[in-house]
Amino acid sequence: MRLEPLEKRSTFRMIALPVLALIFAMAICAVLVMLSGASPFQVFGLMVKGALGSRFAALETLTRATPLIFTGLAAAVAFRAKLWNIGAEAQLYIGAVMTVVMGTGLLPLPWPILWPVLMISAMLGGALVLSVPTFLKTRFGVDEVVTTLLLNFVALLFVSMLLEGVLKDPMGLGWPQSKKVLADAVLPRLVSGKRLHLGFVIAILAAVVVWIIDRRSALGYEMRAVGHNAKAAHFAGIPVNTVLAKTALLSGGLAGLAGWSEVTGLKGNLTLDLSPGFGYTGIVVAMLAMLHPLGVIASAIFVAAVFVGADAMSRTAGVPSYIAQVMVATSLLSMVSAIMLTRYRVRWR
Amino acid sequence: MSAPVLSISRVSKRFGPLLANDAISLEVGPGEILGLLGENGAGKTTLMNILFGHYVADEGEIRVNGKVLPPGEPRAALEAGIGMVHQHFTLADNLTVLDNIILGTEPLWRWRSDHGEARARIRQLSEDFGLAVHPDAVVSTLSVGERQRVEILKALYRQARILILDEPTAVLAPQEATALFATLKRFVARGLSIIFISHKLGEIMDACHRVAILRSGKLVAQKDIADVTRAELAELMVGRLVPQPKAVAQEPGVPLLGLAHVSVRRGAASLRDVMLQVRAGEIVGIAGVSGNGQSLLADVVGGLLPPETGTVQVNGAPLSAISPRLMVECGVARIPEDRHAEGLIGDMSITENVVSEAYRSRFSSHGFIDWSAAAAFARTIIDDYGVKCPGPQARVRLLSGGNMQKLILGRVMNANPCVVLANQPTRGLDVGAVAYVHEQLLKARSNGAGVLLISEDLDELLALADQIAVIYQGQVSPLMARPMVDIGRLGLMMAGQGFIHGEQDHAA
Amino acid sequence: MEALDILFTASLWAAVIRIASPLIFGTLGELICERAGVLNLGIEGIMTAGAFAGWLTVYLGGGLWMGVAVAALAGAMFGLLHGTLVVPLGLSQHVTGIGVTLLSTSLCYYAYRLVFPEVTSPPKIEPFQPLSVPVLSDIPLLGPALFQQSPLTYLAFAMVVAVSWFLYRTPAGLAVRTVGENPAAAEAQGMNVTTIRILAVMAGSALMGVGGSFITLSAFNSFFFEMMNGRGWICIALVVFSAWHPGKALLGALLFGLFDAYQLRLQQLASAAVPYQVFLMMPYVLSIIALIVMSRRVAYPRALMVPYRKGER
Repeated sequence: MRLEPLEKRSTFRMIALPVLALIFAMAICAVLVMLSGASPFQVFGLMVKGALGSRFAALETLTRATPLIFTGLAAAVAFRAKLWNIGAEAQLYIGAVMTVVMGTGLLPLPWPILWPVLMISAMLGGALVLSVPTFLKTRFGVDEVVTTLLLNFVALLFVSMLLEGVLKDPMGLGWPQSKKVLADAVLPRLVSGKRLHLGFVIAILAAVVVWIIDRRSALGYEMRAVGHNAKAAHFAGIPVNTVLAKTALLSGGLAGLAGWSEVTGLKGNLTLDLSPGFGYTGIVVAMLAMLHPLGVIASAIFVAAVFVGADAMSRTAGVPSYIAQVMVATSLLSMVSAIMLTRYRVRWR
Repeated sequence: MSAPVLSISRVSKRFGPLLANDAISLEVGPGEILGLLGENGAGKTTLMNILFGHYVADEGEIRVNGKVLPPGEPRAALEAGIGMVHQHFTLADNLTVLDNIILGTEPLWRWRSDHGEARARIRQLSEDFGLAVHPDAVVSTLSVGERQRVEILKALYRQARILILDEPTAVLAPQEATALFATLKRFVARGLSIIFISHKLGEIMDACHRVAILRSGKLVAQKDIADVTRAELAELMVGRLVPQPKAVAQEPGVPLLGLAHVSVRRGAASLRDVMLQVRAGEIVGIAGVSGNGQSLLADVVGGLLPPETGTVQVNGAPLSAISPRLMVECGVARIPEDRHAEGLIGDMSITENVVSEAYRSRFSSHGFIDWSAAAAFARTIIDDYGVKCPGPQARVRLLSGGNMQKLILGRVMNANPCVVLANQPTRGLDVGAVAYVHEQLLKARSNGAGVLLISEDLDELLALADQIAVIYQGQVSPLMARPMVDIGRLGLMMAGQGFIHGEQDHAA
Repeated sequence: MEALDILFTASLWAAVIRIASPLIFGTLGELICERAGVLNLGIEGIMTAGAFAGWLTVYLGGGLWMGVAVAALAGAMFGLLHGTLVVPLGLSQHVTGIGVTLLSTSLCYYAYRLVFPEVTSPPKIEPFQPLSVPVLSDIPLLGPALFQQSPLTYLAFAMVVAVSWFLYRTPAGLAVRTVGENPAAAEAQGMNVTTIRILAVMAGSALMGVGGSFITLSAFNSFFFEMMNGRGWICIALVVFSAWHPGKALLGALLFGLFDAYQLRLQQLASAAVPYQVFLMMPYVLSIIALIVMSRRVAYPRALMVPYRKGER
């Protein structure tokens, strides 16, 4: 078997193959659902209903999509430049730490000033976390995949240490949790009485900004050039290491914002279960969007719907909600295969 | 002629719209050296890849000793006694000579390899054919000539009866090439058959018994060497008269590029105390066998490798900290050795590629790129340099080698550079594209630029350069004016004669 | 007890070897994959799959060695998946590896919940018992540490020798090393690069699976979520530390085991003075430091992470 590059990317392939990939992923999950004795149609129906079937469900899906848009953008930005940031989880948590450090009383500012201060702090926190592996990559040639992965564990332990130490809420009845952020730091709800908050709008704005950077700015051009061929980029005079450093700041910053938005928009404080793997899921979100910043919005909502739907479904149908993670993982693998096949033709001899 | 050992009958291969091989039929007899002549892109390599099973032919069949060779199986070709010495060596650098040779010759699932017997056989073969190389040396420590010997030993170890050599002299000094031809004569004296692929007429005339000429995928003629002249071969190969580049005599002007006592080291390669000057309106050629420091020299001038000691001057100004961007700003036009790895970004568009050196200075304001201006610039280059492509949005990967090189020329030459650095600028190009590159270099010269031309092709240097220096193990000889150059002496210099640091470093 | 005295307790050294055992399997497995030119970031998930499949086999009535075999098989299957996606299809080895980890981990959790919908405390099995080597186990200090270990630990040490022999002494090992250095060289000698790479990834993944099963069949006696706890990623760091040599991989795993066992004991000693999380961070931080120290010196397989396409230069 051999792959031959296609002269032209046909629109048909560009649409049909990703759709086929998702259908394939669903089919695999249908088989798994049948193993549990349930009917796949009924289960998928319940999932759709649980994710989008009511106003409440749909808003819940968008709420869940908010951090995924941020972490998805973080992965998309980094992967564009082939900076393999698998550490969005750590960056999210450190972003959240910065938010509670600055936002629980240290700076009693009115909201128009406090919001940007907290956002910038969270971004700096996330950016700092990614800067370490990026520096090690450019300075010593250490593969950033392993270092970002390992830092996820370090960061979580660090947060645990803070929550049992300096950041511990004295009124928290002994639970490892931080104090609540100031009322001025809290993001307003978009619909009163529901959980969807302003963070969702800011996430979409972030996607648009990233899209503009990618398409129009010199930095976006440099990031793509470095990602496609770092050697040629260096030859042409593009400062590869500087570009990677800027990419790290942007990517880490976006992941930090995910932590900020979860704390100020949803949870109010920092706990160790702030993120059920949003950082890792962001990678899937970015790949499903083919690294397109605006596509990230759609794929984040899709992935969020799968999770929210599976939660609702498992309460009624009794199929383990882990089916959501299986579905997301198979979608990732089938989607990257499909993207490859939009560019190459398979020849069997 | 006795019964052919190898017969290729009506082999065709199509790549998309390109007919790379068009019903080609060929025969090789025992003890014969067949030259396969054709310019780049004529289909020589495709034909040999089909023979060796890397590609599957669309039509036609190949017989070895009368038996049909199953298509698409390198193993079958090997077992039928075909050995191939690729132009780009297929050796694993971190493994030993022995490992490279015995790879794939034993059954895979054995609990141990028999190194002792293999070593003895390799020694024997080395002695029989005069191919000296140590079996336990690691390949990365070998010279280019020694690596070629390992490639040949690989084939002999498998008892190949038909040896295919793809452009074997491209990496050799003239004297090494002569030695190779003598080795080949020893092979055929023992009844082996050889297919010798080349685009150099002289070699074909020297080494072969018979020659087959390919042009645009077709077999245009087969001749006995005794019956043809060099001029006839040239016409058959190209099919039309190609204008030879003519440099009009002109007086050189002020020095534009100067290297003084430049030394630098990268891995095992180094430059040692290099003195070099290029003046306005002249072409300085650097001759040398591949791997003698050419890429380091190019990287220093191109701004990629800051020298450890010594100074680099461009346009009279000594540069303190060099970088690619600084060189571009100083007006150095850089044509890299490897179009794919360094020159262009294959997955980006033509527009994105032509602005890669100037996007900050010419095409952006406040950090945002003016893509419509960039696209207009791309269109100008496509028109001015005759780049064949669907449009400025086309991905560069889909262009032919010649068109890629035109794109690079357009990118660097449009700004009227004061220095042109051309590192192997015609490697792998067909005759038309070669002529175009030469024309552009001469045009830069007549516009008053100083051109540094690094090339392994002596004919090219002798045709274009006003002055020639030889590079050997990182040392650059003094410049010689072209009329003074004696080819025999140049060859000896390329093999190290007259340089201070000689063979003792080489043995390492 | 003083910090230095700990070094002279047999229990410390027994723990070192216990901690190192799964890492030896995992590191050797990753090493084989990378020697063939394939980065396998599926390792974390593949070890989880080995842990789960091995444990489930034993729980459902299979023998312990049967569990190990099933763990190897489960590993090999995920290796086949990873190999198929990255070798002939040439997908990004980073993204695919993460995908394989996500997939195999979530499949294990899903299957676990299918089999045990409503358990509160995890079901237990009877794990491997230490096997005392007669006479040798009576040597003071070293005896209990080296010769009263789980049979799987002895297997881990045997695998170091076996993998070394395989890579450097057999034709198949030479083929694996060559496809990782220069696949074109293997192709020119008539070998099928795709097949060799996929088989190497499967074999390496099988070892990872066995490494995972050590956790559930020897170190513990039940299966928990998140129980791999980054061991797979640490193995990847250890491969770099080992400069892709099996012997040094063993050394790396033992050094790591020493630090980990030592910090556990130091933690008890230090009690409240230093937060326990600092000690728990040490393994990860040490792995990063090892990567920095080794990064400049190593010559890694030249074709690592470079997809090979026939006839393409």
